[in-house]
Amino acid sequence: MRRSLLFIPGNNPGMLVSADIHGADAVIFDLEDAVAPNEKDAARLLVRNALRAMRDLRVEVVVRVNPLATDDFRQDIAAIVPLQPSLIMPTKVADADEVAVISRTVADAERVEGVPAGAIGLLPLLETALGIENAFSIAGCDPRVKGILLGAEDLSSDLQAVRSKQGQEILYARGRVVMAARAAGIEVYDTPFTDVDDMEGVSADAKLARALGFSGKAVISPRHVAAVNAAFTPTEDEIVYAREVLLAIREAERQGKGAVSLRGKMVDKPIVDRARRLLDGARSLGLEGTEP
Amino acid sequence: MLIHKTASAGTLESNDVLVTVAPGSGIQVHVESVVLAQFGGQIRETVLDTLSRLQVTDAVVRLNDMGALDCTIAARVEAAVRRAGGDA
Amino acid sequence: MNKLTSNLADAIRASGLQSGMTISFHHHLRNGDGVLNLVLAEAARQGIRDLTLQASSLFDVHLPLLDHIKSGVVTGIETNYMSAGIGRAISEGVLEKPVIFRSHGGRPAAIASGRVVIDVAFIAAPAADSMGNANGVSGPAACGSLGYAMPDARYAKRVVVITDHVMPYPLSPCPIEETDVDIVVQVPSIGDPKGIVSGTTRITRDPVGLSIARLAAQVIEHSGLMKDGFSFQTGAGGASLAVTEYLKPILRAKGIQGSFGLGGITGYLVDMLKEGYFAQLLDVQCFDLTAVESIRDNPQHQEISAERYASPNARSCAVKSLDAVVLGATEIDLDFNVNVHTDSNGYIMGGSGGHSDTAEGARLSLIVAPLFRARLPIIMDKVTTVTTRGSAVDVLVTQRGVAVNPRRPELKAGLAAAGLPVLDIRELQSLAHQFTGVPRAVKPQGRVVAKVEYPLGGIVDEIRSVIS
Repeated sequence: MRRSLLFIPGNNPGMLVSADIHGADAVIFDLEDAVAPNEKDAARLLVRNALRAMRDLRVEVVVRVNPLATDDFRQDIAAIVPLQPSLIMPTKVADADEVAVISRTVADAERVEGVPAGAIGLLPLLETALGIENAFSIAGCDPRVKGILLGAEDLSSDLQAVRSKQGQEILYARGRVVMAARAAGIEVYDTPFTDVDDMEGVSADAKLARALGFSGKAVISPRHVAAVNAAFTPTEDEIVYAREVLLAIREAERQGKGAVSLRGKMVDKPIVDRARRLLDGARSLGLEGTEP
Repeated sequence: MLIHKTASAGTLESNDVLVTVAPGSGIQVHVESVVLAQFGGQIRETVLDTLSRLQVTDAVVRLNDMGALDCTIAARVEAAVRRAGGDA
Repeated sequence: MNKLTSNLADAIRASGLQSGMTISFHHHLRNGDGVLNLVLAEAARQGIRDLTLQASSLFDVHLPLLDHIKSGVVTGIETNYMSAGIGRAISEGVLEKPVIFRSHGGRPAAIASGRVVIDVAFIAAPAADSMGNANGVSGPAACGSLGYAMPDARYAKRVVVITDHVMPYPLSPCPIEETDVDIVVQVPSIGDPKGIVSGTTRITRDPVGLSIARLAAQVIEHSGLMKDGFSFQTGAGGASLAVTEYLKPILRAKGIQGSFGLGGITGYLVDMLKEGYFAQLLDVQCFDLTAVESIRDNPQHQEISAERYASPNARSCAVKSLDAVVLGATEIDLDFNVNVHTDSNGYIMGGSGGHSDTAEGARLSLIVAPLFRARLPIIMDKVTTVTTRGSAVDVLVTQRGVAVNPRRPELKAGLAAAGLPVLDIRELQSLAHQFTGVPRAVKPQGRVVAKVEYPLGGIVDEIRSVIS
């Protein structure tokens, strides 16, 4: 379960070596926007070495690489693949053809470096109008694609929309990427909240993202991790209710009924599926989530 | 790798190291560090290992170290060498 | 009777100051203090030599002191803390006689017992009346509490109050009372407000420091001390102060009514008082303007003397009623001994302050520190200098785990049961070494330049000169 994915600037040694201590479920070592154009080479080497040094630490690592159209892209892939990060995040992905090229490049690098084929997943960043329009074909085009991430800053600029804290301008995009990812059966992650000092804001934004169906949310400040994790962690009430649902449906099955009433509401298959998923998530977080 | 010109990599921020590589004959390593007394030997060793892995046999390497870990030192030395070496 | 003069030279002569005597100063004006320099310059002008300086702390604003050492005006220093500029010179051997380091509680204990005799106390006072009633809450150099000056006023043979803000008699409040004061001197300025207190103390934004603070608050939460009447002290630096922010929601969630916050007081503790987390603040020293305003205006914010704060000779003192204290460390060793006196190369850059007093007194002493700073691991085999004995330290909190002193098995079990990442201190050390490598031990080998006296007396460690 990736509730929070924390961006770490790729050319900052202090932040790289302490990336795993902030409680994020995954960290994203960023070779793209966080690195100045004339430091791309140095950041690539630093991230490569940090990946090697951090192999034993228990945090999932994602590497955000430079766009396919740049020279840096291939160098990023060549340097990073041997260290076998869990996921590579290609940026400004516009369509499925682009994903196919990226996937082939990664596959070639895996072969050359002796990394098991398909070991490295892709987490495309959709941050253009075209990318959002093509979300479903991107999400479903390649088994390497494990999830998609919405990038709202570049997107709202591309849309010529005004970016706001409330996020009305990205509501459609949020719905669209969630729909696409769920239809393709992969995970989907929300754009980061950018005001690092607004703790109430990030909490509300993360709760909204969860309500919309996102699996988790990217984070640009370590101080946001706790709020985002909390928003995506099943609450005690939710866990209790889910357990009641499973008990009720088991009783209904025993009586040969397909549905049953619980707390005055009809419980049927979609509600049962949701309860199972919630308890699976809770269990993976070490919460009291065992099925009754 | 041959060192053609002088080039640097890294910064003087805490946890980082500023490495400058210049042409020379044989290997010369000069280390300034906030942790020289505790780690001077290990820093030098990391620099020499990195140079040898990159097959650099002639270079003057200067470090101004702000307490960088070995993985950072190796990355900065390699970046400076590649910038100085016409790898680009 | 007229105690008031505007002539410092006359006042020094009238105080009976002579060569070979001991003179005292407090450090409430911190790095903005002008009084210590003024008095030493005048004493030097009068040809007085061989003085012993009994200062509660020394800051780099006092660097002119080094010239008075070189010229023989000052030949002895006894203090609780010394900032890095002066510390460096001491470590390089500028003073022949070893510095005596005490703690904030040990100093008044030594003074009260007569083991340390102050011939003349020079007390910088942000406000005073013509008879010497003085406080720290008014005037341009307002600093809040005068807690460290109170024992000096009470026990010194002669007391000179130095102020730049004379107010009508009788001044109130008056932590320094006229009954103890011989002379009042009015000078143009006792110090630079910019160096005295900061406008606001802010908690660290360093994400590593914040993650340590969050974990430290969880340790307190599961320490068994979280009950009504909870009392708490924290340092003002780095991760220590941030613990207050993580403690608040825990106290709120459990509905706990705390009894008092202690120590050097910052705006964060003032906020906790206002918000009802604590019933009282006991304040020996104010760290920021919010604290100064609060001690002036809020009767629940009490000014206390260094003796009441921490003197082990007093019939009782506040640190002995303290539940939890959060402290920093430059180094900690496998026996939990803590160093805040010297840096990793052996140079003096601090001192106990209240470190050993509070660690010895409190039921729970937490040390918060990053596993390594830049490349220097915090956990050493042996600390360079022992400030606080390991027997007084209960828990080390780092960003990658918590180590509990083996003397507290029940605490260790409780924290582990709560799911906190409890490791052996050796495991934490080797975890640090995986990142940093193993440092070569650096221990200065020169002559003894300072001795660290433990609160109850007795030398706990010696500091040797750095020979470069």
